Amino acid sequence: MALLHIAEPGLSTEPHKHRLAVGIDLGTTNSLVATVRNGIAVCLVDEEGRAMLPSIVRYHADSRIEVGRSAAVAHATDPRNTIISVKRFMGRGLKDVAYIESMPYDFVDAGGMLRLRTVQGVKSPVEVSAEILKVLAARAQASLGGELTGAVITVPAYFDDAQRQATKDAAKLAGINVLRLLNEPTAAAVAYGLDNAAEGVYAVYDLGGGTFDLSILKLSRGIFEVLATNGDAALGGDDFDHRLFCWALDQSEIDPPSSEDARRLLLKAREAKELLTACEEASIKATLGSGEKVDLVVTRDQFASMTKHLVQKTVAPMRKVLRDAGLAPEDIKGVVMVGGATRMPHVQRAVAEFFGQEPLTNLDPDKVVALGAAIQANVLAGNRKEEDDWLLLDVIPLSLGLEMMGGLTEKIVPRNSTLPIARAQEFTTYKDGQTAMAFHVVQGERELVADCRSLARFELRGIPPMAAGAARIRVTFQVDADGLLSVSAREMSSGVEASVLVKPSYGLTDDEIAGMLRDGVERASEDIDARALREQQVEADRVIEATLVALEQDGDLLSDEERAAIDAAIAETRQTAAGHDPRAIKRSTEALSRATNEFAARRMDKSIRAALAGHKVDEIQV
Amino acid sequence: MSIDLQQDFFGLFGLHRRFRIDEAALELAYHDLQGRVHPDRFAHLPDSEKRLSMQWATQVNEGFRTLRKPLPRAIYLLELMGVDAGLHTNTAMSPAFLMEQMEWREAVEEARAAGEAEELAQLHTRLRQHSREVFDELAQQCDDEHDYAGAAETVRRLMFMEKLQHEIDDALEALES
Ligand SMILES: Nc1ncnc2c1ncn2[C@@H]1O[C@H](COP(=O)(O)OP(=O)(O)O)[C@@H](O)[C@H]1O
Ligand SMILES: [Mg+2]
Repeated sequence: MALLHIAEPGLSTEPHKHRLAVGIDLGTTNSLVATVRNGIAVCLVDEEGRAMLPSIVRYHADSRIEVGRSAAVAHATDPRNTIISVKRFMGRGLKDVAYIESMPYDFVDAGGMLRLRTVQGVKSPVEVSAEILKVLAARAQASLGGELTGAVITVPAYFDDAQRQATKDAAKLAGINVLRLLNEPTAAAVAYGLDNAAEGVYAVYDLGGGTFDLSILKLSRGIFEVLATNGDAALGGDDFDHRLFCWALDQSEIDPPSSEDARRLLLKAREAKELLTACEEASIKATLGSGEKVDLVVTRDQFASMTKHLVQKTVAPMRKVLRDAGLAPEDIKGVVMVGGATRMPHVQRAVAEFFGQEPLTNLDPDKVVALGAAIQANVLAGNRKEEDDWLLLDVIPLSLGLEMMGGLTEKIVPRNSTLPIARAQEFTTYKDGQTAMAFHVVQGERELVADCRSLARFELRGIPPMAAGAARIRVTFQVDADGLLSVSAREMSSGVEASVLVKPSYGLTDDEIAGMLRDGVERASEDIDARALREQQVEADRVIEATLVALEQDGDLLSDEERAAIDAAIAETRQTAAGHDPRAIKRSTEALSRATNEFAARRMDKSIRAALAGHKVDEIQV
Repeated sequence: MSIDLQQDFFGLFGLHRRFRIDEAALELAYHDLQGRVHPDRFAHLPDSEKRLSMQWATQVNEGFRTLRKPLPRAIYLLELMGVDAGLHTNTAMSPAFLMEQMEWREAVEEARAAGEAEELAQLHTRLRQHSREVFDELAQQCDDEHDYAGAAETVRRLMFMEKLQHEIDDALEALES
């Protein structure tokens, strides 16, 4: 089993093997991959030395798939098959996406998440994102020289459950083991905080190509505690481009352009916008397919005033996030700026004005998220060292609830609750003899279900017939450290149970993902059985590895007999993993997992006792 | 012998079962415990440990959330003492308190209708001061006089006040946007 045995020459003093882990910033506009090398987080670059991979995917008629800069070339000539800003479509239906009518794609409304018809068939945004992830993973493996243990993938803090799930599915399709989904502003805070040994309350203002996040974090003694987060999952530099584009159409009095022209002009608008960060004026010049010419000059002031409302849209979240955190602007020690769009001078001015201080700009707004993700990935993969004694405590951005009678939402988990969190609530039947109950899970802050995002619907069946109001149905929401929800319902007197991993409404079903995986494998002419075998072997190796680490730390908690049982399960797993039967490997791996249950409980006990012993000292002083 | 996940939150954080707590000690204990049980510490360990870690981290968060703010802390403390603060059922309040409530509510309503953000902000501050005094009273009832029935009534008063505070916040927010 040498799959994960990678010796890092620079780390010969390290007693354990160094596991290869990366952080991936899967951005609307640009994506990056970073890792921790010799204790320092670095972005990994392509052959030309560039860290940023434009998040652009082009599907060719001859079944080639191109990602990044080279795909961008066909931006205006083949817009239908050249997908940009696909992140805006993740976990979204057709009606959720702004100015969709001016987009050049051939959308397919299949209910739930929208799809795109390309020359290579209908694609889900999840598949398009997976192409970007594959390129980054390949870059990482080539540059690190080995198989990845896993990756931390960043998501906007304000992403809802459907968008997070879609991101995780994309990673799965790309064959990446997700160690954690990490909120982008939190990642930035980690990179900034560790680098500057920062202590105090900080705000992170992250305006990228398509998303806006604002998080308030308290940094103290190595704890990064998110106090509150707010934002807009559909606001970013793209909207500034679009505004300038509309202005240009208006000024040149041209009719609605073809999709090719629209792309061309939009690109010009974006160039002009970026130029205006450094210059007082910029020109927008283009010749359209019809022969019409656009030849305009826009000044910085003009641009600032035509996009004022967009900047203003970031102010309400600033106010709300402070209120949720119970703080005033003057309580903020520093404002960390993240995302390319924060380079715009009028954005910086608005932030400075709100917080009454100049934002911090001593860090690279493009890379900081990927670097933070890499730092966390390194720790999660098990490369933690003594000095890595820091911890992230993040929150859920939007409240979770259930639909009640009359289309009203009942909040179960309030926004800004620290993760992981579980909440239960009891409901009862309203009809005599009722044997089933339907639940509708929603996310959002609004009173009406119609104004919230629908996450899932499920039903609890088999309730024994009782008088109305006699049944006690307990619904439990559990949100894990990735911010993903699972819901279960149980009738308390009979024990009838139903549970859902929240998925359907806007996500992909497991069958769909399996289908896409198969398609991908076929295209890569990889043997599907070989892949299944390899996946089970990697999983077996992971579980053996993890068990060995635990045994080394706390083997003394076991009796000889117990130790022998675990050793035997390890040996069994090793043996099956050396064979070629994926099902046998799966069975023995699961048996090994089960064999460590009691050991796990004892280890946890030991750790908590140590913590309690620590507090007893404080208690004496009280 | 295993540590009970359900053990009382005061014990979990090494605190005495009292209303007045050392908030700094609570936070320290919280951070210390999460540093040991949080899922990020278990990402590379067996699934059995990951599951336990999630349960424990969930419990520790719940405990911290319960004890950190005075009102949920008081309700929880009373529950441990076997007194149901009767948040839903026993809502009989003294006429004097109800009178006072009505006056507050009218003032808020007037300010909201007139769009007086300044006035609302002032009401907010005054109400906060007032609730601080009531919390002092609650602390005495809980920790000094051990008058839990009295404390339960004080808790109910504070619930009313908190609700009002939220209404002021919402009105302010509506005016701002
Ligand atoms: N110099 C600049 N001035 C203004 N906007 C810029 C500048 N550089 C990049 N941007 C904008 O930043 C956005 C991309 O930011 P980025 O952080 O890479 O986004 P994402 O994280 O969403 O991929 C784009 O809208 C781009 O036009
Ligand atoms: Mg970004």
